[in-house]
Amino acid sequence: MRRPICLLLAAALAVLSAGGAAALEVRVGVIRVDRPQLAPISRLEEWPRDLGFAGGRLADEDNATTGRFLGHTYVTETAAVPPDTAEAALDRMLGEGLRLFVVLGQGDDVLALADRAGDGALLLNAGARETRLRDADCRANLLHVAPSEAMLADAVAEFAIWKKWTRWALISGSHPEDRAMAEAYRRAAAIFGAKIVEERVFEDTGGSRRTDTGHVLVQRQIPVFSEGMKDHDLVIAADASDVFAPYLPFHMWDPRPVMGAAGLRPVSFHAATEAWGATQFQRRFEALTGRQVREEDYQVWLALRVLGEAVTRTDTADPAELRAYMLGPEFELAAFKGQKVTFRDWNGQLRQPLLLYDGRINVSVSPQDGFLHQRSPLDTLGLDAPESSCAAFR
Amino acid sequence: MDMKAMPIALALALGATGAQANKVFVSNEKGNTVTVIDSDSWTVIDEFAAGNRPRGITISPDGTKLYVCASDDDTVRVFDTATHDELYTLPSGPDPELFVLNHSGNPLYIANEDDNLVTVVDTETHAVLAEIPVGVEPEGMAISPDGRVVVNTSETTNMAHFISTEDYQIHHNILVDQRPRYAEYTADGRKLYVSAEIGGTVSVIDIAGDGTPTLVDTIRFEVPGVLPEWLQPVGIRVTSDGKWVFVALGPANRVAVIDAATDEVVDYILVGQRVWQMAFTPDEAFLITTNGNSNDVTVIDVARQKALRSIQVGQQPWGVAVTPDGTPD
Repeated sequence: MRRPICLLLAAALAVLSAGGAAALEVRVGVIRVDRPQLAPISRLEEWPRDLGFAGGRLADEDNATTGRFLGHTYVTETAAVPPDTAEAALDRMLGEGLRLFVVLGQGDDVLALADRAGDGALLLNAGARETRLRDADCRANLLHVAPSEAMLADAVAEFAIWKKWTRWALISGSHPEDRAMAEAYRRAAAIFGAKIVEERVFEDTGGSRRTDTGHVLVQRQIPVFSEGMKDHDLVIAADASDVFAPYLPFHMWDPRPVMGAAGLRPVSFHAATEAWGATQFQRRFEALTGRQVREEDYQVWLALRVLGEAVTRTDTADPAELRAYMLGPEFELAAFKGQKVTFRDWNGQLRQPLLLYDGRINVSVSPQDGFLHQRSPLDTLGLDAPESSCAAFR
Repeated sequence: MDMKAMPIALALALGATGAQANKVFVSNEKGNTVTVIDSDSWTVIDEFAAGNRPRGITISPDGTKLYVCASDDDTVRVFDTATHDELYTLPSGPDPELFVLNHSGNPLYIANEDDNLVTVVDTETHAVLAEIPVGVEPEGMAISPDGRVVVNTSETTNMAHFISTEDYQIHHNILVDQRPRYAEYTADGRKLYVSAEIGGTVSVIDIAGDGTPTLVDTIRFEVPGVLPEWLQPVGIRVTSDGKWVFVALGPANRVAVIDAATDEVVDYILVGQRVWQMAFTPDEAFLITTNGNSNDVTVIDVARQKALRSIQVGQQPWGVAVTPDGTPD
């Protein structure tokens, strides 16, 4: 998905003294960087103005409620900026003494901010999915709450293998981020033992992607486009750009299930999930914001809860101490996904179950039963330690 | 389990204790009903509508009134335990999940999961006596044997809050592991057990003579062949002699048996799927567990620490309460 927005959330902490009892004030700053982008293919998915911020507001409430019992207070500052002023916004917050940040944006935006913030700061990535940020392009001061493209592809692959659907047709878009998503599925197929029997590229020619007559053309285009593919059990759609994938189900030449960017989609969270106490999260979010939760909201909420939990347990706001705690064996957090989430200490990625969503319900949750790992089944999703070329965490 | 031995074991247990029949009430969260089981024959004798999303369930000390948290109705429904008729409702605050009755039967202390409150309701006048702000997603509720302290656990704040029943103020907070679901005192009031569902632990909290709580131990669980992620402690019950602690382990489908003298796990009893809450019969001969995903309850022989039988109930059983001896029919 072309990331429209770069959200930067910063937390700064000041130790206050109140009548001899030490109190901790957690000042949180949120910067969002909006990039120009096309409207989503479905108007049901239009970007809310407070995308990401809304999750931050709920996390602030949650953290404040807990902090009340510990003498920790949380204050959040927000700003939305275009890409060319993102670094200036960061500089302003650094100037105010903020050292803890949460970033929601494209991979290169995130890296630029991490590099500018420097060693004395800690950033949590709540949006960028590029696997390279957890690999060769990793940064010591950058942890990842958002799942990587590799984790999401693996979540789909495990389900497909569990179904014994091992012959995949891979249809990818023509944009760089589509190609990266396709590569994640190629990697997943190789790891989990699926075979990509055919690949096709759907060129984005800037056509009538979302016009009144779009479906008329699509109804003729997609069958022709997908005619004559080798025998396959399912279609994997690698369409990060949101151009064609939603049109694949029902229009393809061969009737096959679609997974990836349409049909069954891997997500970090969605507004329908109610297992593992998520009903309570949904209700609190909706009461506070007046709308349903989006992945970006959940990921910012989770990033702030990671910070809040670390502050709660360590009673400090020092970025280095918090980072060490988050990456250490003591850190764990409940995240409404049925098991504790923790960080991989070799690349700073948060381990987490991923939900497989059809637009209405949880169809399944990965990792799937039977996919085992010596450390945790969650480590069957995404880059494992031996294959990581992240040097900054060694 | 040896199926042939069951009726004999049951007969022996019943004979040995001379137990009378009690009514076992099970709240069915998805079925919106309460199932009634006779503890003599272990058969279902009734199932009645109990409002939307019934979860927490308890019985008045005299055995005559059944209280049910109808979570999606934002109310506590009160039923006659003899006729199963609804008598009236109590104000509960939003989304009541679990509650605990004062030992005298009044008041009722209710956890409001959506609103970060504990609501105190007078069961006679039906007035709300207090609303106490607690942590995020309050759930577990326990009352100390001397009645002076109510404990609430908050699932997202990860604390046990110790609330005075005199001034309704929080006097102590103890941080526990992730997602604390339930709290249970020993009968002497000197120990409190708090389960942490996602943390996979039970915290052991020592209660000093002056009431000061101190976290002293953490109980962990391990079952060969079961992923550690699925060992999710929820309901807790302690025998009144203080010797045995039973912990329901959710999706691990087992109840852990803990020797309270050492706080070591000595056994795991296989029950139904997603075992949630539990209740003893008054003589403590039997422990009944609700199994949410297999839609049944399992009856455990407490002395032998064995599962005896499972009984089909309604959809997604959540909580269970048993009438005390001497309850009028």
